[in-house]
Amino acid sequence: MNTPKKTLVVIGNGMVGHHFLTSLVNSPIKETYHIVTFCEEPRAAYDRVHLSAFFSGQTADDLSLVEPGFFEQHGITLHIGDKAAQINREEQTVLSDKGVLIHYDTLVLATGSFPFVPPVPGHDRPECLVYRTIEDLEAIATVAQKSKVGVVVGGGLLGLEAAKALHDLGLKTHVVEFAPRLMAVQLDEAGGAMLRHKIEHLGVTVHTGKNTQLITDGEHCFNKMCFADGEELETDLILFSAGIRPRDDIARACGLEVGSRGGIVIDNQCKTSDANIYAIGECALWNGMIYGLVAPGYTMARTVVTDLASQPASFTGADMSTKLKLMGVDVASIGDAHAKSQGALTYTYQNGDLEVYKRIVVSADKKHLLGAVLVGDASGYSTLLQYCLNGIELPEHPDTLILPSRSDESGGLGPDALPLSAQICSCYDVSKGDICQAIEAGCSTVGDLKAGTKAGSGCGGCAALVKSVLNSELTKQGVTVNTDLCEHFAYTRQDLFTLIKVEKITTFDDLIEKHGHGLGCDICKPTVASILASNWNDFVLKPELAPLQDSNDAFLANIQKDGTYSVVPRIAGGEISPDMLITLGQVGKKYQLYTKITGGQRVDLFGARVEQLPLIWKDLIDAGFESGHAYGKSLRTVKSCVGSNWCRYGVDDSVGLAIELENRYKGLRSPHKIKFAVSGCTRECAEAQGKDVGIIATEHGWSLYVCGNGGMKPRHADLFATHLDKETLIKYIDRFLSFYIRTADRLQRTSVWMENMEGGLDYLKSVIIEDNLGLCEQLEEQMQHVVDTYQCEWKTTIEDESKLKRFKHFINSDQADDNIVFIEERGQLRPAETKDQKHFKLVEVA
Amino acid sequence: MSHWQTICEVDALQANSGVCALVEGQQVAVFYMPKSQSVFALHNYDPFAKANVLSRGIIGDLKGEPIVASPVYKQHFNLKTGCCLEDETVKIPAYSVRIDQSHVQINLDYD
Ligand SMILES: Cc1cc2nc3c(=O)[nH]c(=O)nc-3n(C[C@H](O)[C@H](O)[C@H](O)COP(=O)(O)OP(=O)(O)OC[C@H]3O[C@@H](n4cnc5c(N)ncnc54)[C@H](O)[C@@H]3O)c2cc1C
Ligand code: SF4
Ligand code: FES
Repeated sequence: MNTPKKTLVVIGNGMVGHHFLTSLVNSPIKETYHIVTFCEEPRAAYDRVHLSAFFSGQTADDLSLVEPGFFEQHGITLHIGDKAAQINREEQTVLSDKGVLIHYDTLVLATGSFPFVPPVPGHDRPECLVYRTIEDLEAIATVAQKSKVGVVVGGGLLGLEAAKALHDLGLKTHVVEFAPRLMAVQLDEAGGAMLRHKIEHLGVTVHTGKNTQLITDGEHCFNKMCFADGEELETDLILFSAGIRPRDDIARACGLEVGSRGGIVIDNQCKTSDANIYAIGECALWNGMIYGLVAPGYTMARTVVTDLASQPASFTGADMSTKLKLMGVDVASIGDAHAKSQGALTYTYQNGDLEVYKRIVVSADKKHLLGAVLVGDASGYSTLLQYCLNGIELPEHPDTLILPSRSDESGGLGPDALPLSAQICSCYDVSKGDICQAIEAGCSTVGDLKAGTKAGSGCGGCAALVKSVLNSELTKQGVTVNTDLCEHFAYTRQDLFTLIKVEKITTFDDLIEKHGHGLGCDICKPTVASILASNWNDFVLKPELAPLQDSNDAFLANIQKDGTYSVVPRIAGGEISPDMLITLGQVGKKYQLYTKITGGQRVDLFGARVEQLPLIWKDLIDAGFESGHAYGKSLRTVKSCVGSNWCRYGVDDSVGLAIELENRYKGLRSPHKIKFAVSGCTRECAEAQGKDVGIIATEHGWSLYVCGNGGMKPRHADLFATHLDKETLIKYIDRFLSFYIRTADRLQRTSVWMENMEGGLDYLKSVIIEDNLGLCEQLEEQMQHVVDTYQCEWKTTIEDESKLKRFKHFINSDQADDNIVFIEERGQLRPAETKDQKHFKLVEVA
Repeated sequence: MSHWQTICEVDALQANSGVCALVEGQQVAVFYMPKSQSVFALHNYDPFAKANVLSRGIIGDLKGEPIVASPVYKQHFNLKTGCCLEDETVKIPAYSVRIDQSHVQINLDYD
């Protein structure tokens, strides 16, 4: 018998509201409900936690939390862009702004919170903004374009994240905080001071103990902020990040109990004062607390689902520990960071040189960890958190947990020390047991685990721990994760790079004799050839190197499907004189080559037979051309827009810089091809944000983007640094490329390299900008050597009789390969196919 | 009528790579590994690319067997037998070759 379905209405399709829906549809009770949700925003749920990624190129679609077809598939009615306006508890109805009236049996409020804007006069001026939704970020980007200075009001977690965003947008950035220190909620005084010092070092000015009283017209900027102490600050953009307030108005209006300082009061089952109504997420007040993090909200959502299924469930508070990277600075706070527990003991470690501050709070009997604060180095976070959450007994001297280990003994708690019940991912409540189960069921990569258990797919804070559990379990199962390059070398590409560099190995034979076995193959030979070239930059067709080269490198040209080659001379920056262009035409005509303009702003000449290559290149070199290295896994082109010399919008000379960069890095061998582009202003005509290295001119200097890609798997580049002068720009690119060449896998583009990099963009910045590995000098030297030893490989080739021997089709005859046949199409030649022969006349080529 | 004919001198070969010789109108790829003083010969035609290019492939070994990798689509062919490692239905002609003093000699009859 079919019982009629009850109606469940969810108000708010934010992070928590949506997590509730996904948990509900995975539960058997979903069958008993007809589900309706009101979503005030113009789009369904998205990842607010990673909102800032919007500024580094992620789109609203990228941030979406909704799997395609989710609502349709589960029969959920979604009222998008429609705000629930009124609840009638007696009638059990919800009325929306657009006039939808729905009867509910069960109602879930997930209305979230709104940013608090202090009611100072002038707070509603047009450049005063907040940081909560995608629309907010769009508004910030628009205002930032016409701004030079930006102020963030509020020095908490979110405020500092917002400050980073403004800084990256190229604004001179200030943080104004009312409290005497930054991140007052999470950090103690010394930790706050250390953070402040680090952040100011990065170019953001911090003002603490400042009480804003008025915002009015500025003299040099759009606005001026006046503080209680009489000081003033000129700024264009003002971003309020002074805390959040629960959105409880709709609950208040229908008479639900709310807290004195806001928030919809809920019990341990997340029920409000009306038994048919639940509240979850940032709008809910539990035990006098609003939780401004996703993980507790998710736990509340799951509690409601369990409660609806009439299973025992309760929400009993949540851990508020956090670990973040703020402006490249690691910050973490765990449990009772302020040592408020009775009898708590504290241990502090402070290193003024490395700017590291660590403090742990320990119970009176020294057995348990109660809390911790880490600034500058949060590598111990996972371990400390596990001690704290799982009540694991501390070692005899608890301070060993924060003292730098000078010997090999590490204070770290290996994943094996954790009980199966230990919660590894708090966002999705995934325990170590869940992860072990998934591994037994066949998950063998972090990606598998993310897909299978969701661990790590929320805030990402647990990623390192998930990985170490995975590795330790796999090792226990006897699975060795095989990263060998191929059967000839039991090493990764990165290992081989180091061996070759350190042992100064210059030939493949030497390397395989010392570190490998067998003869080699088409995987290891080109890989080693590339590493040798990156390190020593010897001529690639030297007798001992030539046999290692991949098809294209072996003949310094690009092999085509019929065994002919294409020829691409370098046209640095895409700038070419009419005379040179004529030469290209003449050469194309002389050898009857098919001619095409490439995507990299140069000319590709197709259909050259192997024996024609030296003749063609002799003509080209005589006319002043040089190899374009289109055949190598190496720097291809630096594309440029016409820039400030001609363009009426141009801010700087993009062509000049492109030529300089192309000439600097030409011939550089790398794990895969590398493409650059330079745009003369933010209109970005050169599409630099789709390149491995992209540079855009701004009024404040060059902005550098890295790890973008077009092609099969497009990736928007990450903004790496701004306000650069040319010298610094080149220094960063030198380091970036050298580091990529050292550490990437074979045939790994910078985009994929970045995506697999532990620590991601921030880590890369710390290596290249802050020199955290102390490697920068070496990286620059590595590049300078390649720059200093550049040669045009074609020039070297045609000048050496013995090298020309290989450019013949037959060793014992001057005949040409009779299998190469062309036909004519659109006035040029192209390879014939059997099917063509009926339609086109075959052309004999001399 | 098995017969050996000289196609070139050893120094015309490329160490650890291939070259192509024209023998009785046939294109023959000849590969040379100086360390073991071995030579191998296959037809130069790559049946996947439908082009005469095998002499330009990288050579080496896989599981102890000498191989050449097609420079176009990278399939591997056993240098002794001509068998394709990726597709066992494909086999290209393999010929007997030898180095006699400094002459590279080939026997085009194959079974
Ligand atoms: C920039 C930023 C960074 C953050 N970083 C972190 C972090 O690193 N870690 C972390 O744990 N948390 C972080 N947070 C906090 C986290 O995003 C929130 O805790 C989480 O989004 C709360 O989810 P929620 O569903 O309660 O609220 P929301 O995600 O705000 O969703 C509420 C939704 O309900 C809608 N709504 C409200 N009223 C109505 C109505 N009457 N009718 C219809 N719809 C309505 C709202 O428009 C909104 O879409 C961050 C937040 C921001 C803004
Ligand atoms: S990017 Fe700017 S400078 Fe370059 S062509 Fe476009 S508008 Fe002009
Ligand atoms: S703890 Fe947030 S993703 Fe795991």
